[in-house]
Amino acid sequence: MAAIELRDVRKVYPGGVEAVKGVSLDIADGEFLVLVGPSGCGKSTLLRMVAGLETISAGMASIGGRVVNTLEPADRDIAMVFQNYALYPHMSVRQNLQYGLKNRKMEKAEIARRVAEAAEILQIAPFLDRKPRQLSGGQRQRVAMGRAIVREPSAFLFDEPLSNLDAKLRVQMRGEIRRLQRTLGTTSLYVTHDQLEAMTLADRLVVLNGGLVEQVGTPMELYERPASVFVASFIGSPSMNLIGIGSGAIEGLTGLGTMPGVPAGRPFTLGVRPEHLDVTEGESTAGEVTLLLTVTNVEVVGAESFVYGRLGGTGPDVAVRVSGYSRLEPGVTLRARARPGALHAFDASTGRRLT
Amino acid sequence: MVENRPWLSVATHVVLIIGLVIVLFPIWVAFVASTHPADRFVSGVVPLLPGTHLIGNYAAVLGEGARQNGLPPVGPMLVNSLVMALGIALGKIAISLISAFAIVYFRFPFRKIAFWIIFLTLMLPVEVRIVPTYQVIANLGMLNSYVGLTVPLIASATATFLYRQFFLTIPDELAEAARIDGAGPWKFLKDIVIPLSRTSTAALFVILFIYGWNQYLWPLLVTTDPDYYTVVMGIQRAARATDQEPLWNLVMAVAMLALLPPVIVVLAMQKLFVRGLVETEK
Ligand SMILES: Nc1ncnc2c1ncn2[C@@H]1O[C@H](COP(=O)(O)OP(=O)(O)OP(=O)(O)O)[C@@H](O)[C@H]1O
Ligand SMILES: [Mg+2]
Repeated sequence: MAAIELRDVRKVYPGGVEAVKGVSLDIADGEFLVLVGPSGCGKSTLLRMVAGLETISAGMASIGGRVVNTLEPADRDIAMVFQNYALYPHMSVRQNLQYGLKNRKMEKAEIARRVAEAAEILQIAPFLDRKPRQLSGGQRQRVAMGRAIVREPSAFLFDEPLSNLDAKLRVQMRGEIRRLQRTLGTTSLYVTHDQLEAMTLADRLVVLNGGLVEQVGTPMELYERPASVFVASFIGSPSMNLIGIGSGAIEGLTGLGTMPGVPAGRPFTLGVRPEHLDVTEGESTAGEVTLLLTVTNVEVVGAESFVYGRLGGTGPDVAVRVSGYSRLEPGVTLRARARPGALHAFDASTGRRLT
Repeated sequence: MVENRPWLSVATHVVLIIGLVIVLFPIWVAFVASTHPADRFVSGVVPLLPGTHLIGNYAAVLGEGARQNGLPPVGPMLVNSLVMALGIALGKIAISLISAFAIVYFRFPFRKIAFWIIFLTLMLPVEVRIVPTYQVIANLGMLNSYVGLTVPLIASATATFLYRQFFLTIPDELAEAARIDGAGPWKFLKDIVIPLSRTSTAALFVILFIYGWNQYLWPLLVTTDPDYYTVVMGIQRAARATDQEPLWNLVMAVAMLALLPPVIVVLAMQKLFVRGLVETEK
């Protein structure tokens, strides 16, 4: 059990690529922290620096109060789960689990106890004598988890461990990882580019963009008060509707008074989530922000539908969530009302939150 | 392409059988020749059916040989060949494995240069460097010894390349997982890399064993003492008898015996060998 601390950590690859440009994070003991961001933003690089698989170009990393910058991965008391599992193909599941413990010269009885315990928790006891290639993807994933658990490390590091699984299994394993981490109470750092995975797993989320931290917070904080346009469009699906507001009126948009935190006349980006727009029939009342959309496309997901339309017929695309089966046809005009307090304003040039 | 047309499979079989006959016919002739008495060949006509001296001829070459014809007993020559072939095969595998491991998994100064120097040796097979190599071995006093027979043939660029190619297919994550599991370089080599290269090693062993077994020119140069003759060059010694007719029946019997060990090696390693050539264990 240990807290992880990163102070202004940087990574410059030999070719000169600066993949991580100064990241500071405090991960509390037992916390599940998820690193999320688009491809190439430096998530894996950051994780691998904590693991010791990449050198830290500048800054400081500590695990459990011990600076680990120059320690070998094996001496950092961490366990890592890889995207492709990286199980040793020629060893049985049991040998895979034992290998790290044997290298640490642990007693036989203790090794056997830990392997049995992990096999019990992960329900892999029936496969202990099989080779990894004789297992399904989900079972391999469990073995990879098992190899991390038996070490009883101070921290788990995950690099997109679920992205090789099919959608259904991914949801199931996601739940299991979360449960397991709660039971064991082990500090975890988890990398994913899937925002849904990030939202459901995280105690706290870190959104990375281009090697820098964009925002840190609980999933709901990030959902409710995204610090930038980047976070706003990254968290939530479909992503937040963003409408550029200039000095003049916007066709199809009515009722938008002055926004708190936005100086009058200053251009900004208005954000509103699809689930915060309601279809209305009647005329808009005063003080209500209404959007007039020309429907272009309808996606029916089952319990809900997403209706896409152009603002004022020619403006930007806006998505509206409708519960149930929407029978709207493309071409019809739709009036949507924004829920009060559900509007976000971002600086037009920097993209930072204004309110 | 798997097609199921009767005439096509007939045609392929005909082609295969013709090929087989072409390959097997000389071996058959050699075998037949080894079963006849020596005077059978004076006429110049080679018989096509086995004769009656099979046991006698083989007993002769395995026993006393035919010393007056320059043919030492076959048994010791087979042992010499075996020592040389095993020495070359195992030596090449050991050296190539370690050098490929160094090239793939370590970053050290002049790594590229080391790699290219190994590559260059491809252009210098034994035959090209035979005079200087002979000089070196002679000066080191290694003529007529097993060391002299094997060591100059051990360095191998080809095997190093094969191992390098194979190591490059091992995912980096495996090395990283091993690092996290506390395995240093030696442990990683011993516990992960060598077991994973098992099939490639088997394929290489077969190829290198046959390469070593079939060495002719080099043993011919470095051995003057019949105690160190290898069987492949021994055949030549017998066939070149100076003042009388070569004993073709005995020469062929030796040739047949010389064929056996490589065949046994191929058969014994067949399964691994084929797997090593066509797939890598995932
Ligand atoms: N070994 C390397 N040498 C040079 N540049 C690298 C190396 N590894 C990664 N990079 C670069 O560093 C940046 C961050 O890479 P990283 O692997 O951390 O991205 P990521 O966020 O994990 O992306 P993904 O979601 O695709 O896995 C990328 O621009 C990448 O090209
Ligand atoms: Mg990555």
